[in-house]
Amino acid sequence: MRLLEKIRIRLQMLLHRGRESDRLNAELEFHIEQQIAENKAAGMNAEEARQTALRTFGNPATLREQARESWSWNGLEALTRDIRIGTRTLQRSPGFALTAILVMALGIGANVALFTLVRSVLLRPLPFLQADQLVGIFEAQSDGSFRDNIVAGGSFGVWQQHARSFSNLAITQERSYNLAGAGDQLPEVVKAQSASWTIFPLLGVQPALGRFFSSADDQPGANATVVLTWGLWKRRFAGDRSIVGRMVRIDDNAYTVVGVLPSWFAWPDSRVEFWTPLYHERSAALMQMFEAHNFDVVGRLKPGVTMQQASSDLNALQREIRREHPDGPVNDAVNLRSLVDAETYDVKTGLYALLGATGCLLLIACLNIANLLVARSASRVKEAAIRTALGGTRLRLIREQVVESTLLAGAGGLLGLLFAGGILQWLIHMREDIPRADAIHMDGVVILFAMAAILGCGLLAGLIPALSSRDTRVLTALQESSRSYTGERGRARLRQLLLALEVGLTVVLLVGAGLLLRSYSELRAADLGFAQRNILTMEMNLPKSSYSSGDRRLAFDEQLLSRVRALPGVQAAGLTTVIPGEGYGRNDVFTIREHPPLQRGQVLSSLTRFVDPGYFGTLQIPLTEGRNFESGDRLDHAQVVVVNQELVREYFPNEDPIGRHVEADMVFPGQTLRIVGVAGNTRDEISHDPFPVIYYPMLSGDQRGIALIVRSRHDPAGIALSAQKAIASLDPQLPVSNVLTMEQILGQSSLDARFDATLLLAFAVLSLLLAMVGLFGVLSFMVAQRTTEIGLRIALGARREQIMQQMLRDGLKPALWGLLIGLGASAGVTRLIASLLFGTKPLDPAIFALVSITLLLVAAVACALPAWRASQLDPMQALRAE
Amino acid sequence: MAKPSDLVQGTLDLLILRTVAPEPMHGWAIAKRIQQISQEVLQVQQGSLYPALHRLEQQGWIRAKWAESETGRQAKFYSLTAAGKKQLDEETAHWNRLSAAIDLVIAGA
Repeated sequence: MRLLEKIRIRLQMLLHRGRESDRLNAELEFHIEQQIAENKAAGMNAEEARQTALRTFGNPATLREQARESWSWNGLEALTRDIRIGTRTLQRSPGFALTAILVMALGIGANVALFTLVRSVLLRPLPFLQADQLVGIFEAQSDGSFRDNIVAGGSFGVWQQHARSFSNLAITQERSYNLAGAGDQLPEVVKAQSASWTIFPLLGVQPALGRFFSSADDQPGANATVVLTWGLWKRRFAGDRSIVGRMVRIDDNAYTVVGVLPSWFAWPDSRVEFWTPLYHERSAALMQMFEAHNFDVVGRLKPGVTMQQASSDLNALQREIRREHPDGPVNDAVNLRSLVDAETYDVKTGLYALLGATGCLLLIACLNIANLLVARSASRVKEAAIRTALGGTRLRLIREQVVESTLLAGAGGLLGLLFAGGILQWLIHMREDIPRADAIHMDGVVILFAMAAILGCGLLAGLIPALSSRDTRVLTALQESSRSYTGERGRARLRQLLLALEVGLTVVLLVGAGLLLRSYSELRAADLGFAQRNILTMEMNLPKSSYSSGDRRLAFDEQLLSRVRALPGVQAAGLTTVIPGEGYGRNDVFTIREHPPLQRGQVLSSLTRFVDPGYFGTLQIPLTEGRNFESGDRLDHAQVVVVNQELVREYFPNEDPIGRHVEADMVFPGQTLRIVGVAGNTRDEISHDPFPVIYYPMLSGDQRGIALIVRSRHDPAGIALSAQKAIASLDPQLPVSNVLTMEQILGQSSLDARFDATLLLAFAVLSLLLAMVGLFGVLSFMVAQRTTEIGLRIALGARREQIMQQMLRDGLKPALWGLLIGLGASAGVTRLIASLLFGTKPLDPAIFALVSITLLLVAAVACALPAWRASQLDPMQALRAE
Repeated sequence: MAKPSDLVQGTLDLLILRTVAPEPMHGWAIAKRIQQISQEVLQVQQGSLYPALHRLEQQGWIRAKWAESETGRQAKFYSLTAAGKKQLDEETAHWNRLSAAIDLVIAGA
């Protein structure tokens, strides 16, 4: 009953507030009337009775306020009132409101977008059961020279047998297959994963259709089986439920479809089209080798086992492996990362740097708005004083200010959320290399983050000006004429402090952007060692079944080259196994026959390329010594290699390499190969120095995965179609993939650098603009405040240059302080992005100098106009203006 | 004691509840009655009376009703609710305990 009654009263107070308010007035009026009546009865005349009654009653407004405060919902009512006042105040200065909202929207939008990215990619757990138990395992070197090496099949076998910390282990490899065309569908090259059968039980996934691999499928002699992803099933097989048990032609072999993955499954990324069992796909010999590093390994920790325990468990095993295999490239340690980290550690620094930058941007935006509000509160000192005199408490005034700035932040934040959606789309579109891109979306936590950002911004931007207005000297404020300047000194100092902070943050952003831009331009200017203009590349994979012998592969290679070279517009064409600029590809160990045997545990390693005689000419890689491959170096007569200068520098110091012999059992088992030539260095990953390379003869007919490289006279895209037609005329079933110009390839590999640099530069320019507006505003404000004083000084004979100089000095002071703060902070912060830099250092003096000059110039420009205006004041008018 | 002592915090509620217990009364009358009965010692300021009345009403201890006053004008009459009666008993008991204790201390010292 009590409760019901209370609810009734509450509702009444909420719904009939107006009526209750009238009744309160009536009640108080009644009281006064009673008092008047009593006074009259005591013998006073009407007027006197009324006066006395009112005097004893006190301030009816205050009393009303106090009575109302005991009502429920009073806080809510006060809030709506403040919001109404705030909205009205903002409507009165729409220009300011609009600017502030836009600035906030940009700041909050960028932050929400980046936070979404960081959360989705780096922080959110993978969508698997107890994902915190999942780890990625890498081989490593205990001396620290390697941290994240991919794993050899032999090591994995030992771990699987002996490791005690894992409830399950799985081994995977990214592959590409030719998926045969059926009906009107064209053949295509698709990305796939081969994995041990343990992978799906380990991840805890259930098939949407059929079953996953069994251990019997995952063996060399088993029938070929495949598990389709949901996407491929829908796309190629129209979601046909009878697919299970049917045959699909992959790499010219028949594979039985055993199951389909659920639609949400997009691991390791959504470009994977199907899965095959690894031990069936790769030779048993390869899977037992400790030297051939080819695979990714995933493990699920046993419940209660920590990463440290698992790490020491595996490290002990790997040390033992190294002891038993002291020769060859066998690692002696392992490195464990949580699975999310294993997949994202190479984009982590970049993303966090960008998030930091957007944070700075938002802070700058807040400071700027706080600054503008301080200026406005300065012009409203009298209003505040009058309200204080009428009984408004300081808390009320502060609350009003905060509500006003929160309104700005709220409107900005809503707009910012819209922006964030757009920015996010753009980011995903720009950065196709971001792992887990399919997991990126805004969720409740992101919305919470946005709310927190809005509230934080509102509080920050509102509290600074609110706390700066001291209401203790109401009378002084009321009496103070605008002629006096002293009262504003504290406020001006606060604004200068805010500005200095703003400038400091801007400097940090500028330095960061400068360093990244410099890295990017160094990357682009790096001498890659091969031709980049008018180069077209495409890749194909000769299926094992129809290209089983070296003769047939060689025949294809040579016919392809002769047909492509005959195409109009083609200047040169060559073949290779790894396109420079696309990464390292494969590397192998070798020995030099003429050199003394290596110490135990030591290996020589080089990148492995197969190229035809036309390759060096096509990419204009110079041969500095000896000779090129010749068409006679074919099939069984192909025991020759060409090495690059880096290999000579590293392994043949002060020695003529020509005529020496190398043995590379992983490439040509049991053969001795003579070095016949030395080629110039090429950079295979732009941001790294060249590695030693051994070029093996493509005409040996050994390779099935080949890349065609064509140099054309004009735009290489024009000959893409005719080159593909030439391939189709040789083998209509052969799919061609990655038809790219060299510019595209290089653009992709310097994409992160360009992306990070561009974004950071955009942020820096934006904040520079904000700082400029801030400087301009503060100085204009100070000039306006001091109009009379300046007029007086001019009237007393101060020269105009002096006035200008002094105003400039006043304006530039915060900029200078900010610059100092910013340079100091930058020196500390840029170390964090050291891993993103190329060809420059975190403390690059040129960048620091350039940023300082830019900032001072911009500051001078921002201050010039108000200073000039001050110097042009007409003293008569300035003095009369009062 | 030249000046009427300020009401001890919280006792105003007790006084109001007690005053409206026999019959419904409007604010003015409540203040007057407290003043009379206490022989002018306790003077209730409007600044405390009306906030207190509204607070008690929000609590559900007293109920307000608009009715014609003795002068023929509409006035807001407060009366005790059942919950208010209980509250009054509790507070009275509490007050009696407290004042008896204070008396003991003063007498014994």
